[in-house]
Amino acid sequence: MVTASTLSKAAPMDTPSATPASRSFQVPSRTTDKDQADTLIEIENFDFYYGTKQALFDINLKLDDKRVTAFIGPSGCGKSTLLRCLNRMNDLIDGTSVKRGSVKIRDVDINGRDVDSIELRKRVGMVFQKSNPFPKSIYENVVYGLRIQGETNKAKLDEVVEKSLRGAALWDEVKDRLHESGLGLSGGQQQRLCIARTIAVSPEVILMDEPCSALDPIATAKVEELIHELKKDFTIIIVTHSMQQAARCSDKTAFFYMGKLIEYADTRTIFMNPGNPQTEAYVSGRFG
Amino acid sequence: MSTPTNPFAAKPGRSRATEKVILTVFRFATYFILLCGLIVFTNIIWKGLPTVTNAFKTTDTFPYVTNTFLFEAPQSLYVFEHDGKKMEMGDKDYRAFRAAEEAKATAAGLPAPKFKADSYVYSAGGIWPCIVGTVLLVVGSMSIALFLGVCSAIYLNEYAKDGPIVRFIRLAILNLAGVPSIVFGLFGFGMFVIFFGWNVSLISGWFTLAFMVLPVVITASEESLKAVPKGFREGSLALGATKWQTIRKNVLPYALPGILTSSILGIARVAGETAPIMFTAAYVVRDKLPWDVEKAGDFFFQGVMALPYHIYVVSSKIPQNEYTSRVQYGTAFVFLGIVALIATASIIFRNKLRSRYQW
Repeated sequence: MVTASTLSKAAPMDTPSATPASRSFQVPSRTTDKDQADTLIEIENFDFYYGTKQALFDINLKLDDKRVTAFIGPSGCGKSTLLRCLNRMNDLIDGTSVKRGSVKIRDVDINGRDVDSIELRKRVGMVFQKSNPFPKSIYENVVYGLRIQGETNKAKLDEVVEKSLRGAALWDEVKDRLHESGLGLSGGQQQRLCIARTIAVSPEVILMDEPCSALDPIATAKVEELIHELKKDFTIIIVTHSMQQAARCSDKTAFFYMGKLIEYADTRTIFMNPGNPQTEAYVSGRFG
Repeated sequence: MSTPTNPFAAKPGRSRATEKVILTVFRFATYFILLCGLIVFTNIIWKGLPTVTNAFKTTDTFPYVTNTFLFEAPQSLYVFEHDGKKMEMGDKDYRAFRAAEEAKATAAGLPAPKFKADSYVYSAGGIWPCIVGTVLLVVGSMSIALFLGVCSAIYLNEYAKDGPIVRFIRLAILNLAGVPSIVFGLFGFGMFVIFFGWNVSLISGWFTLAFMVLPVVITASEESLKAVPKGFREGSLALGATKWQTIRKNVLPYALPGILTSSILGIARVAGETAPIMFTAAYVVRDKLPWDVEKAGDFFFQGVMALPYHIYVVSSKIPQNEYTSRVQYGTAFVFLGIVALIATASIIFRNKLRSRYQW
């Protein structure tokens, strides 16, 4: 379990501070050159239902642009549900509804009448818990998003494939077998292929739903390294069960419990000096 | 003391005997079925194969060989005595022979010879129009059934929200599968032949047969669509694909092998059913081939001969004699061969698709 001491070993903090007064919504200086992040996604008074069962209660959250935000919490706490609300993947499930509140991306309510979920998903990509490369070649996997947008220029596609696979730190491993099946890759490579596929359509936001839960530690480390790289160009929101992972790769962390947002702060604050006793109990491994 | 008792020793009792009896029964049942199948197939091949092999004939034009059983229309068989020899001839040959003999006699200044022949319907010639008709019926009805069935399966599985209406539709489809084929025949007769006024025609037969196999196609297509992992759909939608793009590019191709498997079963059924077409599409005899039409539109509105119906006719609707079994078994043999051929082609095609998409 993560304790303050193991955490500081894993990710040394520059200014360890234990006083409640210093707990604020500041961006850790270790991670970015930019001090102040802009808010990209704003979730306000958000209530979400599966049929008649309420899954999310009054969520208020501001997610920063070009940062990594981690959602943590025990199973069934609503973190994946909230993540899937951000690109309206929940539309695919029968009987889901937003009863109150809004999710705004760049001040546009994505549940609004004039928002097309298809266009939204082009801007807000998603990487799933179980890597799901299509049973096509690696090349076809990466260009899938562009092909459905009607791109047929071979040179353009080739360029995007190389750029995306480089972006997903996969190019060197697969450049000689681009036309072999994506299913022939290892689990970690498959997940990075899914990330490459997502960044190929150049979204603004990448949602990651427990991307490493099926990977071994080495593959996990590679994906985490990749997340660190991707932060330069994309806003990343990651749901994770591993608190070490949240601590290692996120700038801010939101803790959910029973469909409610319990605490949202700098990752450092959440793990070293949580303001809420429930958060403290969870991150120190006393429940969850 | 004595040796320790073995706790694992078999206990005397009925259980072991029961096991043996049960095993014997199961084994017997299986081998019995195998035996039945073997008898049926051997019988048909044994009696039917000579009909085909004995019918090869050389011709003057390319490709210099033909098979009268496979590539000619049915004819009456004429059996007569001539110059003390017993002759058997098909209708056309008999007339030509008679004319030649008469001409010969006239040239020699003799009185025309008397011919006294017994005729046996359908016992000479071949079954070419039946083969053509059956293939046309299968291709047409399977195309209609696959199109309608796959559309409906996609709707039920991908678009429709699960609820009482969809459950009712599924129930209705399942019930449709249990309807006897003669009822489909009657329905087709009332609907297409009479109400739509299509008469006894290819198109009436197509729709009747298509409706008959639709439940099989829909159920199997739905199963194959369900077997495509959810991750493919989510992954595609998350990249900004529309629902139809997702289905077309990332669901349907992977479901196609399964859909084809079901349609292979459908082919055997469509090709083999007699009841639906006897009201709607099949003629007892028709020499003209289907593409022999004046207007292209007439193609759809003509009746055809069909193999299963031909078997029915030559087996039970004409007087039986020593000459009929040749046609009966020959037709059955060719029919089995054609179904096997179409099924093999579909299986090869399916396996090709399957090896291309695997996960």
